[in-house]
Formats: sequence, structure tokens, C-alpha cells
Amino acid sequence: MNKDNALTVLHAGFLTTVQDLGRPGAQRFGVSPGGALDGHALRVANLLLENEETAAGLEITLGGLRLQFSGPRLVAWCGGDFDVKIGKAPLSPGRVGLVQAGEELAFNQPRVGCRAWLAFFGGIEVAPILNSRSTDLRAGFGGFDGRPLRHGDLVPLAASSPLSISSQRRIFSWSAPAEWAMPAKAAPVMRFIRGADWPQFDASAQQTLTSVGFTVSPDSNRMGARLDGPTLRWQGHGDLISEGVAPGTLQVPPNGKPILLLGDCQTIGGYPKLGHVITVDLPKAAQLCPGQTVRFHEVSLSDAHRLLLAREAELSRFSVGVSLQS
Amino acid sequence: MDISPLGDCGMILRVRDTFEDAPVEVLDEVLGYLEFLRRANLPGIRELAPSYTTIAVFYDPKAVAAAGADPANVYNYLAAAIQTALANGQIRLKRGDSSAIDIPVCYDEKFTLDLDDIAHHARLSPQQVIDLHAGADYRVHCVGFTPGFPYLSGLPRELATPRRSVPRKEVPAGSVAIGGSQIGIYPVTSPGGWNVIGRTPLRLFNPRKNPPALLCAGDRIRFRPIGREEFESLMR
Repeated sequence: MNKDNALTVLHAGFLTTVQDLGRPGAQRFGVSPGGALDGHALRVANLLLENEETAAGLEITLGGLRLQFSGPRLVAWCGGDFDVKIGKAPLSPGRVGLVQAGEELAFNQPRVGCRAWLAFFGGIEVAPILNSRSTDLRAGFGGFDGRPLRHGDLVPLAASSPLSISSQRRIFSWSAPAEWAMPAKAAPVMRFIRGADWPQFDASAQQTLTSVGFTVSPDSNRMGARLDGPTLRWQGHGDLISEGVAPGTLQVPPNGKPILLLGDCQTIGGYPKLGHVITVDLPKAAQLCPGQTVRFHEVSLSDAHRLLLAREAELSRFSVGVSLQS
Repeated sequence: MDISPLGDCGMILRVRDTFEDAPVEVLDEVLGYLEFLRRANLPGIRELAPSYTTIAVFYDPKAVAAAGADPANVYNYLAAAIQTALANGQIRLKRGDSSAIDIPVCYDEKFTLDLDDIAHHARLSPQQVIDLHAGADYRVHCVGFTPGFPYLSGLPRELATPRRSVPRKEVPAGSVAIGGSQIGIYPVTSPGGWNVIGRTPLRLFNPRKNPPALLCAGDRIRFRPIGREEFESLMR
């Protein structure tokens, strides 16, 4: 590894992993789609740096991360309400910052939300496995040796080109919309569409889902957020035959406490599917913290698609805007 | 074909409602449709993954809209395209044309964590259980739960054993285990509630290989009993 193009982990924090936009095409082998739990945040951070959207960055959980760079490096991040500093200077989400050789980049504990995505000019240069640089924690492969970062790790970055002063000015002037830069909400409302097994839940369960707040359980991780609240009763008979599930699926095990599946979820599940959080709201799902209250609001599948297509169109305009400024 | 949404980027194609009565026929039908859909190459479809009676289709709404769907009608547009493709298609079933894959299994008492429970439930001796288990033909229906975990059919009815009431926190990698009438193999050490009958030294998942899973939907397999010595030498 070229030490001039690397970052050193001074403090690994609670859970920091290498992630990109995930590992498509491997679900038939039982491999989760994975990737950044808020892929949109990582895309925005990458676009700010004029990286490919698919460049690998870091997913930072609950902060406590300190990094040092061997050479000057442009960085950008989006996510929860973290205090981020380059040396002593704060770096806002959705802005580009320059870390000088030997300088420290630090993520402190978040005030709201729990995760952030940090992109580096050029991206992290670990070898792709099954078409992705994402870390699969369940199976222990991909990313940096298939594991979270540890104190002392030297993480390889793509070669960084020295920027002229004028191009630095240009890149620093650009910022992402606030809603994209920091999607974490103190009182999140998740929009969902009905799942295949919705009719077999009794009317009170259906009403409960849309009228009551659910508390995020500490027993939550990249596979899913477990939610505590009134028991949701499924009235179907016997066991369902296991079938495909996806990030966003709200499944309800026999104890009646729903689980909101996230990026590292299993590929096949046998619990009744009450609903699915829509794709544009997965960034909010990725910020759910233990103890936080979350509410659900039903929308139609057409609405989910309209919202997603509108966001994609906006992201395309943003991408064009960034490149036109360069 | 019954098609229903799996969130806003996926759908479930229901090929059959049940599979227990005719597992092999249902498997061949699911794989036939899967192969046909793969070849149809419909715009916007990102990924296909089979399970027992269904096929999960993952799609990119943006690509479906770019192919001509109205933004509010993406789902119906793609579902109709799938229905049309399947209605016009000739499903060719691959029936038993592949030879069985040999899975060596060691039934040493160190590995047969639940053999006594299985035998007790079946009212058979442990050796009768092993003979029945190793004498049957199995098919892989799908791969899921953890990477490379094969869900098999073909378990002799006598050996069907309910899942353990309290799941184990750790089922060792390589464990061959019975859950109801299903049987599977744990590729990596993971929590699980199935009854462990033996252990294979084979590595079921290797992300650096193509394909990464040793077993794929449709494969025929047989379990070959091996002794402790052969197990240890294969582990090396």
C-alpha cells in the first residue's frame, strides 16, 4: 500500500465499516444487499467530491471516530446530527472539507440520529468482493478484512490529485440540500405501503400501526431495528412458507413486536409482512436510535414511486450542477 | 400468475401456494419460470431470487419509468410486462438431468447434537435415523438465512422433527440440521433452532469463488457418511 494514500484509524469508534452502495445480484446465494444503510447519503457525499456515486466510504455508527491522513484529502459527509471537526474547525454535513497531512478528522457523538457516511476524494481502495466493497458483517467478508475498523488500521485510499487553489474554491462553494445532508429526525415518521400479509392482521393491529408510536429497542443493528409497542396480532393460520424480504420490510414475529429490516437483513424470511417502509424514507430508518419513538404513516405504492422518481430527478440535477461548476 | 408488491422496489411472483405435497414438481416449476424471466431480460429488473413457492423480483423504478412507464404506474407496467412474458413463454423444465452432489457427513457423537431427540421423536434407533438420512435424495430449493445456507427437501417423513423450543445461541459451522420437514446446512456458526444430526467438513460459502455458494437452487444432493478420520482430513 502507498502510505501517501491512506488514512490511519486513531480511534475506531463504536462501529465503523467500509460501505458502498451494496452488493446486488447475490441474494440468490443468501447474501444480503448490504451497503450503506442510507445509500442516498453516501451518494450525495460522493457527488460533492465529484467521485463516482459508487465509491466506497465509511459508515460511522454513534461516532467516537478519529482519523489521520498521510496526505491532503478532500472529504464530505452526510447523516445524523454529529459534531465533526477537521483539527479545530467544524465541518458541516453536505459540505466539502480539506484535511491536511497529519491533521485529524473527528466524529463526536451525535445529538440526533446514530449514523453518518463519510466520503473521501477518490474513495476507499479495498478490493471488491462479489462486485462490492461493502463489509458484510454477518458473513465476515468484504470491506476492510470483512470486519469493522480497529485502532491502528491503515485504510487504503485512491490516489489524490493536488488541487489548484481555484478548483478548491469551486468545490468548497457547493453544498447539498439540508434535507439530504442531515436526514435524522428527533421524532421520525416513516411512510409505508401495505405488505402481503396486511389483511391477516386484525383491524386493531392495522390501526395501531398508524396511530401509536413505537420505541426502538436496544437489540437493533444493521440487520434490522426491533420495535417495542402494543402487540400486533397476526390472525393467519400455521406457518407461512419462507419467501423473499427486503430492506424496509416490517415483519412481525409471533411475539407481535415488529422488526424493520435494514440493509444487512436475511434474504428469505417466514414471518408475516405487515408493511414496507418506502425507499425514500430508508434514510430516516438508518438513523433510528435505541429508545427513540417512531411513527408510521400509510401511503400508496404509486406515491412511493412518485416520491422516489422525484428524488432521483433532483439528485441528477444536483449531480449536473456540481459538474457544471467544475 | 399471482404478483404482489414487496415494497416499492420488489415484487413476489407466486408460482404455487404450497410445496409440501409435490416439492420436486414445484421446485422445477419455480426454476423454469426463473430461467425464463432471466432470459426475458425485462427493462428495470435488477435481480431475481427464488424461494420455495415464489420468486422475488427486485427492480429499479427509475429504469422502469425510463422504459416508458408513467411514474404513478411503474408497478402495474412491470407486472403486466412480466405477465405477458410468462404467458407467451414456453417453460422448459430441467428434470433430474444433473448428477447428485455428494455431501460427506460425519455422524460422530461429537457432531450429532440432537440425534437422540430425533431418534426418540421418530421412535427409531440412532443408527436407523442415520441410515434413513444418508439413504435419501435431496433437492436444494433455495439459499438464504445466512450466505450459502441451503434449504433442502427430500427428508424422509419419519425424520421430520419440530424445531427446538429454545434455539441454540451457536450452531457450529457445517452442522446438518432438521427443522420440521426441512433440512439445511449451517455454512457459518450462527444462532439456530434446528436439530443437528451431523456435520460436513465442506465449506458451503466462499465469497472469493464464483458462484460463492457451494449449493444452488435446483441442485440434487446426497449425504455420504464418513468417519472421524476422513472428516479431519477433509477439514485440512
